[in-house]
Amino acid sequence: MTEDDLDRNRRHFLTVATVVTGVVGAGLAAVPFIASLKPSARAQALGAPVEVPLSSIQPGEMVRVLWRGKLVFVLRRTKDMLKRLPLVDDELRDPNSDIPQQPEYAANETRSIKPEWLVVEGSCTHLGCAPLQDFDVRPAEGWEGGFFCPCHGSKFDLAGRVFKGVPAPTNLRVPPYRFVRDDLILIGQDTGVA
Amino acid sequence: MSRIEAEVGKPQGGLLKWIDDRFPLTATLEYHVTKYYAAKNFNWWFVFGVLAMVVLVIQLVTGIFLTMNYKPAAAEAFASVEYIMRDVEWGWLIRYMHSTGASFFFIVVYLHMFRAMLYGSYKKPRELIWLIGMMIFFVLMAEGFAGYLLPWGQMSYWGAQVIISLFGAIPWVGDALVEIIRGDYSISDITLNRFFALHVIVLPLTLIGLVFVHIVALHEVGSNNPDGIEIKKNKGPDGVPLDGVPFHPHHTSKDLVGIIVFLMIFSGVVFFAPDMGGMFLEHANFDPANMKATPEHIAPVWYYTPYYAILRAVPDKLWGFILFALAVVLPVFLPWLDRSRVRSIRYRGWIYKSALTIFVITFISLGWLGLQPATGTYVVLARIFSVLYFAFFLLMPYYTAIDKTKPVPDRVVYHG
Repeated sequence: MTEDDLDRNRRHFLTVATVVTGVVGAGLAAVPFIASLKPSARAQALGAPVEVPLSSIQPGEMVRVLWRGKLVFVLRRTKDMLKRLPLVDDELRDPNSDIPQQPEYAANETRSIKPEWLVVEGSCTHLGCAPLQDFDVRPAEGWEGGFFCPCHGSKFDLAGRVFKGVPAPTNLRVPPYRFVRDDLILIGQDTGVA
Repeated sequence: MSRIEAEVGKPQGGLLKWIDDRFPLTATLEYHVTKYYAAKNFNWWFVFGVLAMVVLVIQLVTGIFLTMNYKPAAAEAFASVEYIMRDVEWGWLIRYMHSTGASFFFIVVYLHMFRAMLYGSYKKPRELIWLIGMMIFFVLMAEGFAGYLLPWGQMSYWGAQVIISLFGAIPWVGDALVEIIRGDYSISDITLNRFFALHVIVLPLTLIGLVFVHIVALHEVGSNNPDGIEIKKNKGPDGVPLDGVPFHPHHTSKDLVGIIVFLMIFSGVVFFAPDMGGMFLEHANFDPANMKATPEHIAPVWYYTPYYAILRAVPDKLWGFILFALAVVLPVFLPWLDRSRVRSIRYRGWIYKSALTIFVITFISLGWLGLQPATGTYVVLARIFSVLYFAFFLLMPYYTAIDKTKPVPDRVVYHG
């Protein structure tokens, strides 16, 4: 048999048909491999809500808890802290929480369900470092207390609202949470009986 | 002589011929080593390719031995590294060789790349060698990054946090992409496990494949030389370039001296300054990862700091990411940005010489600034040098075209 005897049309058809089938098959076969990279059932289960008892937290005190491996700040704000919140409104990027970095019920002046309790993710919205607490009021610097990120210098107020002129683009994220009782919150879940 | 041999004749050529009839052993050795002709005027800048291969072997061998004692699990990783350092016989040496090797890999590769810029090694017909080389560089960066998470120290954790968060800056797909990279809602045991897989299988395998292709492409077109002259243009009657000498024994014998000197320096660091004052092994990484507190001062290892300084110089998350990525990728286009008629710096004019000098100062300064806190003067300086960094590449088509070049000789300049 010589080259000329080959039926090129049939070979061309076979090549196209197998390549098309092969590409579709390879695409479908890639699905399980890529899906296996997503958080597994166990990772999702470990991401279950966490309970935080509030009774032992004194006014002005903050606790750090982990939810889904992420750091969450729970701060009990004093009356003085709350009174100072509006003072920095002009210096903030998003003072009214217009950008959806919080559930609906926390899109208010204090970015919380109850003004006294601030619940925010302790993860800088720039590149994810944990901001440091800096609650001292220093009138000389115009600092009314808030959070400072040691990595790239982003600053947030005591409602987790981001200041202008820093690399972080948005306010600290408020995770979904609800009050189970007056002295117990559940972080990670906000549906069901409040 | 036995009776059978007397009748059928003794096999000619022995074992080598037996193999050559079945596998092109001699032909391959001749093609790549004993009859591979490289210019006789190589200087020491041409030793870094071989040195990069030496470091690759060091990393592969020490890496294999580390995996035999290391545990890629969040609960055990940090302790298993301490175990290697304290309880495994010579474990400290193997681990220090590996951690020092990482830094030396980048030192050697940066110098190897700089050699290409000095002598125009990326110019036609060697563009593809340069492209493959850049891919090697990218894989190497990913390899170093994945490896840095494995000890599960504070810097491992928070460095990975910052770099993975970078991908979250990509519009629309950012958040989903970050979740796929981590495999979890935060950097966790799962992330560590997959970074281990990337670090010991996926990336090294890719690296070895790319290095192989890099060398095949090099041997197809032939090595450049300090004069940037095509030695294949002047061939003797035997078809051998007049300015070429066989790679073995002429260059191998010289390279061996380079390797010995390199190993002396390398050993000096391994034995006397394995952490290099916090440059090769950062001090914060001697604390285990703590999800609840970021170290006060956070900086990547030195070989990423030039790009990190550019990232921090931009006061916007998305643009920071874009310029950071652009800074890493831009050198890929060098073969087409450089419009000069000559390759070697020896025959270029003052404009390119000045530009390259400023670029070296810029790159080193950015590297230093990336290690400093991102405040005040440092940020201003980082912005100035970032502009210079991009100017070097983006203005190159212009200034290399107008630069006055000197005539290039036909034959290489060679002094005994």
